[in-house]
Amino acid sequence: MKRKTITTYLGALGLAVGFTIFLAGPATANTPQEQGFEIAARSDRSDVGFANSKVELQMILRNAAGQESTRMLRISTLEKADESVGDKSLVLFDTPRDIEGTALLSHAKILDPDDQWLFLPALKRVKRIASSNKSGPFVGSEFAFEDFTAIELNKFDYSHTGIETCGAFQCDVLERLPRYQNSGYSKQISWVDQQVFQLRKVEFYDRRGDLLKVLELGDYRQYDNGVWRAHKLTMKNLQTNKETDLVYQEYAFNLDLKANDFVKGRLSRLR
Amino acid sequence: MNSLPIKSRLFQVILLWALVAGAGRADWDIASNIDLTSRTFIEDPRWPGQDDQTTQLSVAARAELRWRGDDARASIIPYLRKDAIDDERSLADLQEAYWAQEAENFELLLGVNTVFWGVTESVHLVDIINQTDAAADIDGEDKLGQPMINLEVQRDWGLLSAYLLPYFRERTFAGADGRLRTPIPVDTDNARYESSAKENHLDLALRYSHYVDSVDFGLSIFSGTSREARLLANADGSGLIPYYDQIDQIGVDLQYTGDSWLWKVETIARETQNDSFAAAVGGFEYTYYQVGDSTADIGILLELQYDGRNDGEPVTLADNDLFAGVRLALNDTQDMTLLVGSGYDLKTSETYLNIEAERRLGNDYQLELRARFFTNAAPGDNSYAIENDDYLQLRLSRYF
Repeated sequence: MKRKTITTYLGALGLAVGFTIFLAGPATANTPQEQGFEIAARSDRSDVGFANSKVELQMILRNAAGQESTRMLRISTLEKADESVGDKSLVLFDTPRDIEGTALLSHAKILDPDDQWLFLPALKRVKRIASSNKSGPFVGSEFAFEDFTAIELNKFDYSHTGIETCGAFQCDVLERLPRYQNSGYSKQISWVDQQVFQLRKVEFYDRRGDLLKVLELGDYRQYDNGVWRAHKLTMKNLQTNKETDLVYQEYAFNLDLKANDFVKGRLSRLR
Repeated sequence: MNSLPIKSRLFQVILLWALVAGAGRADWDIASNIDLTSRTFIEDPRWPGQDDQTTQLSVAARAELRWRGDDARASIIPYLRKDAIDDERSLADLQEAYWAQEAENFELLLGVNTVFWGVTESVHLVDIINQTDAAADIDGEDKLGQPMINLEVQRDWGLLSAYLLPYFRERTFAGADGRLRTPIPVDTDNARYESSAKENHLDLALRYSHYVDSVDFGLSIFSGTSREARLLANADGSGLIPYYDQIDQIGVDLQYTGDSWLWKVETIARETQNDSFAAAVGGFEYTYYQVGDSTADIGILLELQYDGRNDGEPVTLADNDLFAGVRLALNDTQDMTLLVGSGYDLKTSETYLNIEAERRLGNDYQLELRARFFTNAAPGDNSYAIENDDYLQLRLSRYF
């Protein structure tokens, strides 16, 4: 009797899940906008359940003459509770030595400006900073603040514009328009592969509509928890010929990180 | 030479503990830097005894040793400064030397630490835990390490920090040879205290800080030895004796963060044995981002300062002044920044101009320029004593 109940329940659950997947699948999308959103959502949701992560990376800044300077940083991330808010992240700088210990805490929002605090170790001072400065360069690099924090699904309107070959993959091409204020971009074109649904390339168009930057994402690796992470990102500014590489080491997932580790009071106690 | 509070038994115990706790660990993170600073004075000194060389050189070294475990961390930061002219500007300090134990929502820190409270730019009223290294710079942003027992409670309702401060650090002052001093030099060897416990008075502080939407705020209470000194003439009039009152102080700091606006207020109310008064500073910073399609930001700062203390209290320059400034950040690879600010006393017309610029050179060096100018002070005005001490300062720092 009891077993039958459970079987019935599981059957109903299976049907419900199947129906949900059917509803969410690209097959039901009619307009390019619906298709675009669903492809972006599928890509975004391939990330669900990573809980939290820590990674060390090297940022290599290259000017037009090819001169390089580097920064070492560590990023901790706490996954958002749901799609109505964004992830919380903490960036800690190890080099250059004169800014060692500088930390940036972000609580990403969807359409409202993110909450951001900066820790300046020389004065041991925590400063709340205005995050409307989305298009400003992140620590002198070709990445803008919004390139770091604005990757939440609902920050953009999407449109599916076609399918193209990208490297070894077939990619869906999406046009995405920022829905939040103060973006430095009029639009972005993104390439999402059809095999594991990861972002492979993004073109950024400035406010005048001219192509400004191209981001290439490579060296994708899948972790035990199923999520994919790119380990080499290259942002090229086509107007200045400067570029910035981000080279990631191995990610660590499911650590003992809690909401309390992503509060401003924590900033002076990181090291 | 100013030196560590090595007379304090508690300090010795804490330092010994930190060293013993740390000695067994191999995985200390070590960083250091050396600064070479040249200060050039434009005018001749105003007061007898001041060295009349135009350039004052100093060298400083700082090491940072840090260790972090899963639920504990430790830090030791010694700082040494040698001034070529003014022995009172030479310093041996521990900026940090602590052991901190962390638990789910708590942290207990034992040892020496440096703590900053506040939001405003032109004066730091609320910030009171650490003594000011006033000989280093008159801007009040150089601090001396403070021995403490600090308990922090972090919950979703905010951060509560309680401090027991068992040992008092005396303020540093420029010596008889030095510039930027009182007409009669301060005699730091004979400080006096209201408390019979002198520098061993146990000071207490409590701070609650949190934020709601776009407003960050802090509420603080302090009871103990004033970090500011009254300066009293000694018996033969050859020196000024620093006198440290017992005070009770409450402080509030607030910042509203808007799109391009930061609105800031700090206010304190202080009770001393002779006076009770309030002081406040408030204003805004408005930033134009990516000016003219460049990557540079330009910020405009305006702050109004008020201080209601009577003439018997420690002297402050920020009593009734308007501060206006412009901040430029190039956001380039070298992190080039420039701050030009000016303070104007609304009552006496005393004016000062302050320029601070810095940039990185390569990966390991940093170059900093500071210039300060004082004008319009009449005899009797608070800045009259330092009016002839306009200077240009260049600092080259090497990081290891």
